[in-house]
Amino acid sequence: MSRDLGDPMGVPATRTLSEAASRRLVADAGVIVSDWATASDPDTAAEVAVAMGLPVVAKLCGDAIAHKTERGLVRLSLGSAADVHAAATDLLAAATEADGPVELLISTMLRGNRELIAGMVRDPQFGPCVMLGVGGVLAEAVADVAFRLAPLEDMDARDLMGDLGTQALLGEFRGEPAVDRDALVETLCALGALAADPRIVSVDLNPLIVVDGVAIAVDALVEVVDDRGDA
Amino acid sequence: MGRDLRPLFEPRGVVVTGVSSHPGKFGFVTLHNLLSCGYEGAVFAVGREAGSVLGQPVLASIESLPDGAAELLVVCTPVSVNEEIIRTAASRGVRAVFVAAGGYSETGPDGIEAEARLVAMADELGLVLAGPNGQGITSPPVGLCAQIVAPYPPRGRIGVASQSGNFVSAFQNYAGQTGIGLSRSVSAGNAAATGIADYLEWFADDPETDVGLCYVEGLTDGRDFFERMATVTRRMPVVVVKGGATSGGQRAAASHTGSLASDDRVFDGMARQAGMVRTPTIEAAFDAAASFATQPLPGGDGVLVLTTAGGWGVVTADAVTSHPDLTLTALPEDLLVAVDAMLPPRWSRNNPVDLAGGETRDTIPELLDLVAAHPGIDSILQLGLGIQGNTAALTRRGPFHPDHGLERIVDYHERQERRYAEAAAAASATHSKPILVASELAVAQPDNPMVTAVRESGRLCYASADRAVAALGHMAWYAAWLRARS
Repeated sequence: MSRDLGDPMGVPATRTLSEAASRRLVADAGVIVSDWATASDPDTAAEVAVAMGLPVVAKLCGDAIAHKTERGLVRLSLGSAADVHAAATDLLAAATEADGPVELLISTMLRGNRELIAGMVRDPQFGPCVMLGVGGVLAEAVADVAFRLAPLEDMDARDLMGDLGTQALLGEFRGEPAVDRDALVETLCALGALAADPRIVSVDLNPLIVVDGVAIAVDALVEVVDDRGDA
Repeated sequence: MGRDLRPLFEPRGVVVTGVSSHPGKFGFVTLHNLLSCGYEGAVFAVGREAGSVLGQPVLASIESLPDGAAELLVVCTPVSVNEEIIRTAASRGVRAVFVAAGGYSETGPDGIEAEARLVAMADELGLVLAGPNGQGITSPPVGLCAQIVAPYPPRGRIGVASQSGNFVSAFQNYAGQTGIGLSRSVSAGNAAATGIADYLEWFADDPETDVGLCYVEGLTDGRDFFERMATVTRRMPVVVVKGGATSGGQRAAASHTGSLASDDRVFDGMARQAGMVRTPTIEAAFDAAASFATQPLPGGDGVLVLTTAGGWGVVTADAVTSHPDLTLTALPEDLLVAVDAMLPPRWSRNNPVDLAGGETRDTIPELLDLVAAHPGIDSILQLGLGIQGNTAALTRRGPFHPDHGLERIVDYHERQERRYAEAAAAASATHSKPILVASELAVAQPDNPMVTAVRESGRLCYASADRAVAALGHMAWYAAWLRARS
């Protein structure tokens, strides 16, 4: 997906990276992401899924595909090689001309009762900020989010967690251990560090699923300055 | 190290332009205020009418200002003449200029240009330039009231810098009402050359100022503000009220993070990261600043509620419990035993400590000292005072006073109220813990002897327990922020 912000303030046009490219970028920075692999065809998809351990999630992945759920391009809880193969076949068939080059992204199917959202965005007044929020896909409705300016020190990341209104969600919850704050600090500081790259306009980790206390990003979307010259 | 604003707040001599005999004009009002509030330096007036105003000879031109006689120039003349006036004033030794006059960037392209010229000239001449389009400054430690408006606040330890002149007045009004005074106040106006961060940086090193209180609407460089505030708050607590949405341009909206990043949320995170105490309202801001100015910082988040009125104790304990930065301390066993020895058996035996009418002549002072001394208690909220003073007020006005033994009992009630309030201040100072006295009588009956005694002790009598909880929460948050970084 690319867009032109109209540029009255010198805001550059931007484009999104594919989930695979986004995952690579954020994981290199230190964000904890779920296990994943890409595949170009249904056979390979089934193979990597089995190697990774079932069940898995299959998604259609491409630079121009920013919001997969809305388009039905995410298949959850695929429990066998045959399921993966069938889902992969469907997903490839759903690709449109406008999507450009696409591939399949297979990732471990994680389960947890708690979802978080985190991200980085450049504020016009205060510059790059890191966000943490409750709710994952419900984040906008829940609106329990807080910000810190990047880069984040360890203490800033801990304070950011402390700012959330629903602290009960960060403690022990429905038989699951408390959120591992050290692990989440790593992810939040990594988001802050990504801001040092001026080409990165925004990052979404949505959702992070809390598994055994560790908040793991199961989706990543990075928006970068569109310097391809065709914007 | 920020700019030296000493010539603005402690000038040796002040000159005002635009002085006329019309008492409604800003030049006249400013001259009046300068001559009326105890400023001991020389005051000069410049105006077009020959003669004198308020007994002060009027100089026909700034050229007539004696060399080195005034450090501060207050400009109440129109845009067209100000550049020449300022240049001449600088040549006579003026070092700081407050431009009260409007007609600058707030009016359009011509004004923007004129303001840019002012800034360039101030830079060239090494002048401190405040304003333009501001109400003025006050500096009670030197009796300075260089304002086009009232009031003149009592002297205290709060330094005010505001992007709205009206809120400077509001803080000054609260200072007058509560007795918790200001060290300096400035209406930044268009803040062409000197902004909120400059004032706060100077306040942080100002021996007269213990806490900064500011109102912010727009920031030209938010990042710079953040970085400077993060330094200032290590040396001095800063309370901030943010008004209005900013219009800093577009923000990435393709991302969920972007769509959740409202100005308010980002400002909030920035303020907390920088160690600034942000309050939602002007009155909460004043309560917070007054607390920082008059109470020791708490060593932790534990609160003890001490009350002679059951309902207030219960409601306040609830407010403390639900506050994210405060904890209702479980009454330590040894303290319970000690309190038990002082009070009749019907007392609450937990926190809130409800005396249940068990107060006698010395109970409250002794109890206050006892609980304040306990290492398990970080801060105390004291409620329910003023009842005896209230009774005394009605009795004193009634038809039977002073007969029937009423004179003696009224005097006793009033003395007791004073004792309670004085005991709170004394225990707080002795044990270096915040003790906040709250009662609606602060507003409902400001001449209640308890209220006046709190005021005379230099403390704020909080207008409600909820406001005291909010203020204490801000102190606890800031203290924890500082501890985590020391």
